[in-house]
Amino acid sequence: MEYGLDKRSNALKIFNTTFIVVWLLVACFPFIWTFWGSFKVRADFFSRADWWYAITAFNTLIETGGKFTTDAYSQAWTEGEFWKASRNTVIVTFFVVTISLFLGTLGAYALSRSTRNYAFWILIAALIFRAMPHITLVSGYLFPFFQLQIWGILPTTIVVLVAINQPFTLWLLYSFFKTVPKELDESALIDGCSYFQAFRHIIMPVMWPGVITAGLFSLMLAYNDFTVTALLLNQENHTMVPKIQSYLGTNQHEGNLMWAVSAVVSATAPLFMLVMFFQRQVISGLTAGAVKG
Amino acid sequence: MPNKTFFWFFLPTGLAMILFIGLPIISTGIQSFYAQHDQVVKEVKKCDPFGCTVSIVVDQEKTSKIREEKPLGKFNGFGTYVDRNHLAIEEIGKFWNETNSFGEFVDQVTNLPFYKALIFTLTYCLFVTPNVLLLGFIIALSLNAVTRRIRGPLIFGTILPMIVTPLVGSLVLFWMIDAEGIIGANLQMLMDDPYLSLKSSKTLTWITIIIYGIWHHSPFAFVVFYAALQTVPQEPVEAAIIDGASRWQRVRHIVLPHIYPVVTFVALISLMDNFRVFEPIIGFSAEGSAQSLSWLIYDNLVNEEVILFGSAAATSMMTIVGIAILLAPVLIRTWKEFRTAR
Repeated sequence: MEYGLDKRSNALKIFNTTFIVVWLLVACFPFIWTFWGSFKVRADFFSRADWWYAITAFNTLIETGGKFTTDAYSQAWTEGEFWKASRNTVIVTFFVVTISLFLGTLGAYALSRSTRNYAFWILIAALIFRAMPHITLVSGYLFPFFQLQIWGILPTTIVVLVAINQPFTLWLLYSFFKTVPKELDESALIDGCSYFQAFRHIIMPVMWPGVITAGLFSLMLAYNDFTVTALLLNQENHTMVPKIQSYLGTNQHEGNLMWAVSAVVSATAPLFMLVMFFQRQVISGLTAGAVKG
Repeated sequence: MPNKTFFWFFLPTGLAMILFIGLPIISTGIQSFYAQHDQVVKEVKKCDPFGCTVSIVVDQEKTSKIREEKPLGKFNGFGTYVDRNHLAIEEIGKFWNETNSFGEFVDQVTNLPFYKALIFTLTYCLFVTPNVLLLGFIIALSLNAVTRRIRGPLIFGTILPMIVTPLVGSLVLFWMIDAEGIIGANLQMLMDDPYLSLKSSKTLTWITIIIYGIWHHSPFAFVVFYAALQTVPQEPVEAAIIDGASRWQRVRHIVLPHIYPVVTFVALISLMDNFRVFEPIIGFSAEGSAQSLSWLIYDNLVNEEVILFGSAAATSMMTIVGIAILLAPVLIRTWKEFRTAR
């Protein structure tokens, strides 16, 4: 929205720039600070004496002999078994994304090509399902899962996360499929393709941007989930986020706080890089449902 | 698309949603009518040189046997819904009769766990949602005025708070705000109060969690508004400039009406998300002074002795009712539009 006629006053320009700088500081500084602090010892990052120690690394110098230390990382990853948690996260995320996309593309394609009333009602039902707090669903799962003895293992969690993720994936992909002209698959049908062949060979090749967006959101949901993974997985199978919580301990002063700090950085860094790489897709996904109404 | 083809295409996702979203809601409903078994007690006579004492202890064997036979617990009807930890009908009646002033009555009621959580949840929604809309809109307007070349990195920086999981986001803030963190320590110095800390004050905790909520959700509003701003038509804006409309008038009368549908969408989504606020309470270790409905359910489910399925389920059902009330206006509107469209 660059107005040719629009002349901004200098005061407004200055105000605008200041506002953006302040906002970016608010948005990003906590992450930068945590990243910086993760290379210090606990007495510095959580200093009772003087917060300035976090910058001068007073205690880090005494305890480790250097200004930066990677002790927190090496301990959390080995002793704290964060490697196991990240392995579990990779497994869960991979399967959730793959299965979500498979189910979601099929369902959303059908919804976008159906002119019946029930397609509308299914979308409304999906919206209601989307609004359910995850914890209420988990309180429904726990008891039957205990009875069926499928609690605590990764496959159960993967299926649950796929299901929880379906309403959003359906809405997102539905709005993407709607932008693909109907004539494309209709002409394929006239040429003798079945619906599935048209879907597989005609529609999917032009749908990649939408699929990547939906995939990213499934990935973020699976990667970031706390409610489901904390309550449906046993200690052994915990993914990264519940693992971070377990480092905190019941009381903040027990537990290995620095492990949690380094684990937070380890868990966040890949996500940030991914989003940096796929920024355009994330934004188009967030707005797909909204802007088109 | 023929019904049969639709059925096969939709079957997998439909099945997943029915099995793992539909059925759990029903399962929650059933569980809410049951309560865990009471412990079976027995009398044990213990004798020592000073005489005999009779003590009452839990009969572990019988208790676990009953639990195994009927794992769902005993039927309790609406008992769980009205007990002290939920709607607390009886207690409210008692407070009504016993308290002298209305203020005192409200005070007593808001100390009951369910009402305490409900009030926090509603306060959180009430403060976070409008501020998210406002801040998101202002950021979108400001970023939209920046040169196109540097917008990419600015957008990346802006959306960071949104892409981290709430637990991590709140932890990162908590470590700074806590008494031993950079902001907390400076605040103590500034206010000249060495005992000032997040945990010492309920109001402070609430404010912090609300600020966290705004910080976490604003980027979402920003992204949607930013995309919507790109679709604002140029001609009316230019005409308004020629007619001498001020910047504020342009925003008020051209931009806002254009993006109005998007505003309701963002408001709805953030209301839905704010209503389930839960992870920040764990991240900020704020259980003592701030509890939400979702947190109550979580607390029941991680109960160490016996998982309180019935209690958690009853709170869940009432949360679902709350969501239904929130969604009702939207659903009614959609239904009306759908009927007129036909």
